[in-house]
Amino acid sequence: MPENLTAPLVVAFPFTRSLGPVQSAFLTGLRERTVLGVRTRDGRVLVPPVEYDPVTAEEIRDLVEVGTTGTVTTWAWNPAPRHRQPLRTPFAWALVRLDGADTALLHALDAPHARAVRTGMRVRIRWAAHREGAITDIACFEPYDGTATATAGATPHGGAFADPVTTLTTPARLDYTYAPGRAQTRYLHALAGRRILGERCPSCRRVCVPPRGACPTCGVATAEHVEVGPRGTVTTFCVVNIKAKGLDIDVPYVYAHIALDGADLALHARIGGIPYDEVRMGMRVEPVWTDDSRHPDHYRPAPEPDAAYDTYKELL
Amino acid sequence: MSSEPVAVVGIGQTHHAAARRDVSLAGLVREAAARALEDAALDWSDIEAVVIGKAPDFFEGVMMPELYLADALGAAGKPVLRVHTAGSVGGSTALVAANLVAARVHTTVLTLAFEKQSESNAMWALSLPVPFQQPLLAGAGGFFAPHIRAYIRRTGAPEGIGTLVAHKDRRNALKNPYAHLHEHGLTLEKVRSSPMLWDPVRYSETCPSSDGACAMVLTGRAGAARAPHPPAWLHGGAMRSEPTLFAGKDFVSPRAGRDCAADVYRQAGITDPRREIDVAEMYVPFSWYEPMWLENLGFAAEGEGWKLTESGATALDGDLPVNPSGGVLSTNPIGASGMLRFAEAALQVRGRAGEHQVPGARRALGHAYGGGAQFFSMWLVGAAPPTT
Repeated sequence: MPENLTAPLVVAFPFTRSLGPVQSAFLTGLRERTVLGVRTRDGRVLVPPVEYDPVTAEEIRDLVEVGTTGTVTTWAWNPAPRHRQPLRTPFAWALVRLDGADTALLHALDAPHARAVRTGMRVRIRWAAHREGAITDIACFEPYDGTATATAGATPHGGAFADPVTTLTTPARLDYTYAPGRAQTRYLHALAGRRILGERCPSCRRVCVPPRGACPTCGVATAEHVEVGPRGTVTTFCVVNIKAKGLDIDVPYVYAHIALDGADLALHARIGGIPYDEVRMGMRVEPVWTDDSRHPDHYRPAPEPDAAYDTYKELL
Repeated sequence: MSSEPVAVVGIGQTHHAAARRDVSLAGLVREAAARALEDAALDWSDIEAVVIGKAPDFFEGVMMPELYLADALGAAGKPVLRVHTAGSVGGSTALVAANLVAARVHTTVLTLAFEKQSESNAMWALSLPVPFQQPLLAGAGGFFAPHIRAYIRRTGAPEGIGTLVAHKDRRNALKNPYAHLHEHGLTLEKVRSSPMLWDPVRYSETCPSSDGACAMVLTGRAGAARAPHPPAWLHGGAMRSEPTLFAGKDFVSPRAGRDCAADVYRQAGITDPRREIDVAEMYVPFSWYEPMWLENLGFAAEGEGWKLTESGATALDGDLPVNPSGGVLSTNPIGASGMLRFAEAALQVRGRAGEHQVPGARRALGHAYGGGAQFFSMWLVGAAPPTT
């Protein structure tokens, strides 16, 4: 039994967000060095702001400006900052209640060491040099022993700014190690020898390809390996006329379901070596292998008559 | 002890569009939920639990949206839970909410489903570049188009059937102010001559990508008695699933769909769906799925679904109108699409479907499916309370 395969799988995508009125005002405000919160009907000031009251579910639209100085309500020391965290040197993750606010905002606090941080300490915003309407417009917080910027509490604010930020792009990335498992690994090793391997279910006797180590219908382990193909029958297909992103195939082309001889379900593959409008259900095909591909590059017509409908209709 | 009869007393949906840039995700769900509460003349404090559904997290990249959206849905201090069954999720979500009422766990439940496709990437979410595997060669339409060809081969249906469905559903959408697509001046000829994307599926026979949400308020007998408008009563509801791929899978008429429908009809006492059901709102993302589901759901014998479509029976003025709302072909916020089907069925029997009302509709079927035709959920609602 060969060693199980693994490979990195990176999933990354730049998601967009429509901000809605409240988050739009909040993030645009940061760009203008203005911190906005919302005032709930019972008078609490929430920073960062939310669109709906977390207690009563009422819609909130009363924006207020709060101070850029505040008090640490709790914190945790981060001794080893990771890539893309706000600071490169060790810092504290801190919840900061800005002057005029009733709730705290999570951000980084730049401090020389953990002993320099305490709950109740006074801090102020250090603005980023380049601001674009994002939470990172606050570079971090820093210790501050001067006077508060908003001793009188929060002041009403219309939330209107020139050129407001209305959408945000939030890149997401997940790094996985993908392991296809024993059955797939065996299948892939067989492919390297240009053989296509299925597994027969000990209960229903049907052959599943690609193999999964278990029968999807009976739920029992499958251990009997069966070579299928190489020839097969086109059970059904479609003609693809629009180019799929990242696929280097000229349209139109035929995307077909192919029941390999000896298999009890159809694989999906491209048909080549024949004009797209001459492909038909029941056509007999064989794989075409290329040196640079693990899987058959495509299937081409095999020199034999079409299969009768009755021979493959159960595989449709 | 028998279960509590379940009534739909509030229904709300957003105005659906290709991109709702005017609202955040929270604002989007709020719009639908607020309309449902208004319809039911209830306040947030009347809701005991929230059941929410959407497509896989990768669509918008929001982990645990049910928590992120709790404020907007008034869920503080209440149970909030999420249901996840791919494209059928809107239907399954409504059924989970209904079961909470039927079991008397809660008296009044808000259920909601949504998708903001403009801020997500469905293609990306559905086709990760999994190592060692051959990339999917054809996109979503390419996945379903071969099954449509198989249906045509099996039944000998003439090629124009899909065109009829697309034309009908898009015309119905003109009567639905919430629908995404309003294609004034659409003709059969325009559908017929639209580009062939995945032969046999044309552009105009394909669902759009939409932003939208749908919400319903479900309650029991006492809540229904207090409701300002007639309720829709749940007569039967069921879900079924099966693997995406297995030897013997019938992609044209999946067994899970047949079994699910049979369960719903048994609960509702329906023996002849074609005669006893007045209107059906079915999940038809590609036009040919109408005749396919007509057979799968027992409205037509095997091989005969296309004849029902061709006869005009499924038109708004036919004797079995299908997709009076305009269907998925006109509006497709994926996570919400199933609930929109369920909601339309309920609107019809409440007599509150507006211009797309089927006169005198007393019993309606809502249907959803998802994944690689592997999840099914359906409900049958009536204007009268269930007798058992």
